[in-house]
Amino acid sequence: MQKRYSILKVILPVIAILLIYGVALGEDKIIKMATTTSTQASGLLDVLLPELEKDTGIRVKVFAKGTGAAIRDGMDGNVDVIFVHAKEREEEFIKEGYGTKRYAVMHNDFVIIGPSDDPAGIRGGTNAASALAGIAKAEALFISRGDDSGTHTKEQALWKITGVPLEVRKTEILKKGKKREISFVFPENSIAWYISIGQGMGKTIIYADEKHAYTLSDRGTYIKYKYGRKESIDLEIVYEGDPLLNNPYGVIPINPARHPHVKHDLAEKFASWLISPKAQSLIANYRLMGEQLFYVEGRR
Amino acid sequence: MELLTDSFISAILLIASLDPEVFSIVWVSLKVSGISTLIASLMGAPLGFLIAYGSFKGKRILIVCLNTMLALPTVVIGLFVYSFISRRGIFGPFDLLYTQKAIIIGQVILILPIVTTLTIAAISRIDERYRKTAMTLGANRWQTACVIFREARFGIVAAVIAAFGRVIAEVGISMMLGGNARGFTRTMTTAMALEYDKGEFILAVALGIILLVLSFGINLIFHFFQGRTRT
Repeated sequence: MQKRYSILKVILPVIAILLIYGVALGEDKIIKMATTTSTQASGLLDVLLPELEKDTGIRVKVFAKGTGAAIRDGMDGNVDVIFVHAKEREEEFIKEGYGTKRYAVMHNDFVIIGPSDDPAGIRGGTNAASALAGIAKAEALFISRGDDSGTHTKEQALWKITGVPLEVRKTEILKKGKKREISFVFPENSIAWYISIGQGMGKTIIYADEKHAYTLSDRGTYIKYKYGRKESIDLEIVYEGDPLLNNPYGVIPINPARHPHVKHDLAEKFASWLISPKAQSLIANYRLMGEQLFYVEGRR
Repeated sequence: MELLTDSFISAILLIASLDPEVFSIVWVSLKVSGISTLIASLMGAPLGFLIAYGSFKGKRILIVCLNTMLALPTVVIGLFVYSFISRRGIFGPFDLLYTQKAIIIGQVILILPIVTTLTIAAISRIDERYRKTAMTLGANRWQTACVIFREARFGIVAAVIAAFGRVIAEVGISMMLGGNARGFTRTMTTAMALEYDKGEFILAVALGIILLVLSFGINLIFHFFQGRTRT
């Protein structure tokens, strides 16, 4: 008897500690966020999230993927909030009732990068579409994300206004009993020079560097790969500055009417913190290798 | 459940529509895996034979090393080969990275130990008397080797099947060295990984179903092949 008593004495406090810990964990303000790779790869979140926790006590679990996959996570209710960059798709997301409101947080821009000797001769072009058309005309190697990300969405939109003949690829699948098409566009007869690799921005930049090819990148990831690594890449910015290359980022809390389990209040708090003067100045002052990466909304 | 039924019907739709993209993906997978299995078998089976029958110093440690290599992660092989064939690597000028050849190199490294160790196991199981009988009947070394190979053929075919199964299902090497370029190095597994990344789970699972059906067909062929040689 004496022995069992002593065992209980050991076990009870352990259980008590576990219980307290469990309850405390449940009360913890943790939200899940699906975001695009660029917010994480650029290092911006590492600056923002600690300040967020200091101000509001909210901690954020980050899942970085392509915008397509992040939106998918939002639709499935796997996360409480999404932070992505594909404005039209975001608006559709809200229209379909998956999200409550889009908070315009910031923007940066896309750049066309390529080999320094610029084989297609597109440097100093008049606009982004004519730069892409130049690549198509010269049949210079072009690497496409091809992964349904925000960058890929922008690339397809740009091709559509180049006047280059395009091909549409459709795949039919069945979703919820209904036939649905997944499609993407790319230049016609481009098998020799247009390579669609379906990978993240960083991998795509490395691929393009290996192959001496052009690609479309967000400025942040490009700077990170150009200056932020020991082994730099040879690619340079060959075209920038077209207003069409503007790349707005938005934060959308998931609609609790669709997914009752989401922590909507916290997500809402997080989103409004991001557009607060403090967070906005943090974003505007964020520098990577001395370069400004993100511009707060309405400043440019 | 909905995901599975939808995926299953989508898989049938994909095959029925004779989608050229799916065919290209399947073809690249079969071609690359077939060639690497062939190369690894042509190297691994004789190598296994030599190790099993040879007596040399360090034989046991060599077998332990080969067995260890069975646990080699594809990412490690991918990184290793990458460092050699990248544009800044020693073999950079050959422009191998992101080609089917690059995948084949990586996959041969992956399955060579499988073929070799399983061949060693298959041959070690053959009764010593076969060898002695063949030699008493006047067979020379080459003929003796053929007799033993014949006896061990089921084990060796099993080794080849295991190796093929490993490469057709492998994703790390194909992704890192092949780069998942549409129409060139996109294999079934990298295509699945991509559809998963895009959030198109249905298409990913549909491709998975096609892969399983294909493997089943290939194993069926192997099975009949084994059955016929037995009579």
